[in-house]
Amino acid sequence: MTAMRALSTTVVGLILLFLTLPIIIVVVVSFSSATYLTFPPPALGLRWYAAYFGSEAWLQSTWLSIWVAAVVVVLATILGTLAALGVAHLPKPLRVLASTLILSPLIVPGIIVAIGIYYAFAQYGLVGSPVGLILAHTCLAVPFVVTSVSASLAGIDPRLEQAALSLGATPTGAFFQITLPLIRPGVLVGALFAFITSFDELIVAIYISGSGAVSLPRRMWDDLQFQIEPTIAAVSTLTIVLTAVLMGCAHLLQRRSAT
Amino acid sequence: MSEAVEIPSGTLTVTRPIGVQFSWRKAIPWLLTGPLLLFMLAFYAVPVVAMLLRSVNDPTWTLAHFHALASDTVFFKVFSNTLYTAFTVTIGALLFGYPLALALVRTPRWAPVILIMILLPFWTSVLVRSYAWMVLMGRHGLINEALLALGTIERPFRILNTPLATQIAMIHILLPYMVLPIANALRQIDPSLPRASSGLGATPWGTFRQITLPLSMSGVAAGMLLVFVLALGFYITPAMLGGPREITLSMLIDLQVDQLNWAYAATLSAVLLATTLAIIGVFYRLPGVSNAFRMGAR
Repeated sequence: MTAMRALSTTVVGLILLFLTLPIIIVVVVSFSSATYLTFPPPALGLRWYAAYFGSEAWLQSTWLSIWVAAVVVVLATILGTLAALGVAHLPKPLRVLASTLILSPLIVPGIIVAIGIYYAFAQYGLVGSPVGLILAHTCLAVPFVVTSVSASLAGIDPRLEQAALSLGATPTGAFFQITLPLIRPGVLVGALFAFITSFDELIVAIYISGSGAVSLPRRMWDDLQFQIEPTIAAVSTLTIVLTAVLMGCAHLLQRRSAT
Repeated sequence: MSEAVEIPSGTLTVTRPIGVQFSWRKAIPWLLTGPLLLFMLAFYAVPVVAMLLRSVNDPTWTLAHFHALASDTVFFKVFSNTLYTAFTVTIGALLFGYPLALALVRTPRWAPVILIMILLPFWTSVLVRSYAWMVLMGRHGLINEALLALGTIERPFRILNTPLATQIAMIHILLPYMVLPIANALRQIDPSLPRASSGLGATPWGTFRQITLPLSMSGVAAGMLLVFVLALGFYITPAMLGGPREITLSMLIDLQVDQLNWAYAATLSAVLLATTLAIIGVFYRLPGVSNAFRMGAR
C-alpha cells in the first residue's frame, strides 16, 4: 500500500514537472548572462531585459499589442455582453444558428480563420494596419465573453428580476439595478479573456500584420526564424507574468461568482 | 384645482400602447444580438466562407480540385501524418492526464497547488510554450546537457525538428484540455460507491477498474475529443519544432497560400474543417460527452 502510494506520488510529481519545467527554464534563461542560449546559465544578469527595454522595435510591438488588445476588450465586451443577453431569447432555430456562429472560432482551426481573414482583408485594404488586427481579434475574443456572461446569466435567480418588476421597476431599471450588478463578474472575466486572446494571438498576425502592425507575438515569431537568443526568453517571461496575473484575477472572479 | 385633476380620456389610451410595446419586446433580442452577428459575418464568417469557396469555384464551378486530391500523394502523406500526430498526442495526453486528474480530485490538500501547476502553463501562450520546448530540446538544451552529464549519451542528439519534439510539446500544450473534463467526471462520482465496493472486499485496484474508471469514461471521451480536434488544427508548434518532412495539414495550407495557390489551399482547408466537424459530430453524441465537453472547454 505504501509502495503503491509512493509510486503514484512519483508519477504525479513527474507529470507536474513535465508541465512546469518548460516555463521555469524560460524564466531562468531570461536571467542568463550568456550571449547565446545555454543551460545552465554561466551566471545571472539582466542583460536580456536591458536588450528588450533598449530596443525601439520590441517596445513598439509591445505598445501596439497592448493598445490593440485594449480596443479589442472594449469592442468584444460590449458586443459580446449584448449578444449574451439577447441570444437566449431568440426563436429556436435562429438561436442555435447564432450561437454556433458566435462560438465557432473556438473550433475552426486557426490557420483556416487566418487565411480566410487574410484573403478578405487584403481586398478591404486592412493588411498591415492595426485596424485589421483589432477587427480580427475581436471575432476571436467574443466567444469567451459570450460564454462567460451567459454562464453568469444562467446562475441568476429569475425571481429577483420579477420581484423588481412587481415592485414597480421599469424593465430598464430592473436590468441596470438587478441583472447588470449580478453579471458584472462574468463580464469582467470575459474582458480579461478577451485581452489575453488578442495579446497572445499569433496565427492571424502572421498573415495580416504586414510591416505596419507588427504585434509582439509576431515579432517573437519573426525573430525565432533567425535565432533563438535569450531576448525572447525575457519577453516571454514578461508575458508569462502578465498573463498569469490577469488570468489569476479571472480565476478568482469566477470562483467568487460561483459561490 | 378641479381642472388640473381632470384627465382627458384620450391621453389614457395613449399611455398604454400595448401593440407597440409588444413588438418592441420581440425586437429586443434581435437588437441585442444583431450588432455582434453582423460584425462576425463581415470580419470572420464571410471571409472564411469566401476563401473556402475558392475550392469549388476556381476558375468556374467545379469539383476538380477535390477529385485531384484523390491522386495527390503529398496530400495523403500529410493528412495521415496529421491524423497520426493528433492520435499520438491524444493517447499521450490521456496517459499523463488521467493520473493528474485523479490526483487533483483525490488529494484535497494538494489540489490547489496541482491546479495552479496545471493552469499556469495553460495560461501561457502557445508561442511561448513552443519556444520553451525549443530551449529545452536544443543541441545544448537542458535535456541534452542532462543526458550527457548522466553519461546516458556521448554526444548531443537531435530532438528538435523531429516528430517527437512536436508530439511532446503538443501533449504539454493540450494536457489541461484532457485533465479538466476527466477531473469533472471524477468529481461527480458518488463517493459512497467506491466505499461500498471496498467495504464488500474489493481491492483498491478492483474498485478503480470496476467503479471509478467506468464512471469517468464520459470525461475521458470528452477530453480525448477536445485534444484530438484541437491537435488536428495545430500550426505554430509543428512549424516551430517539427521536422521539415513530417509536416501537418495546417503547414501545407500555409505553404500553398505562400505560393498563392488559393484553390489548393481552400480545398485543403475544406478537408481539414470537414474532418474536424465530422469527428465532433460523431463523438459529441456519446452519453455525457457534450456536457463534459462544455465544462472542460471553459
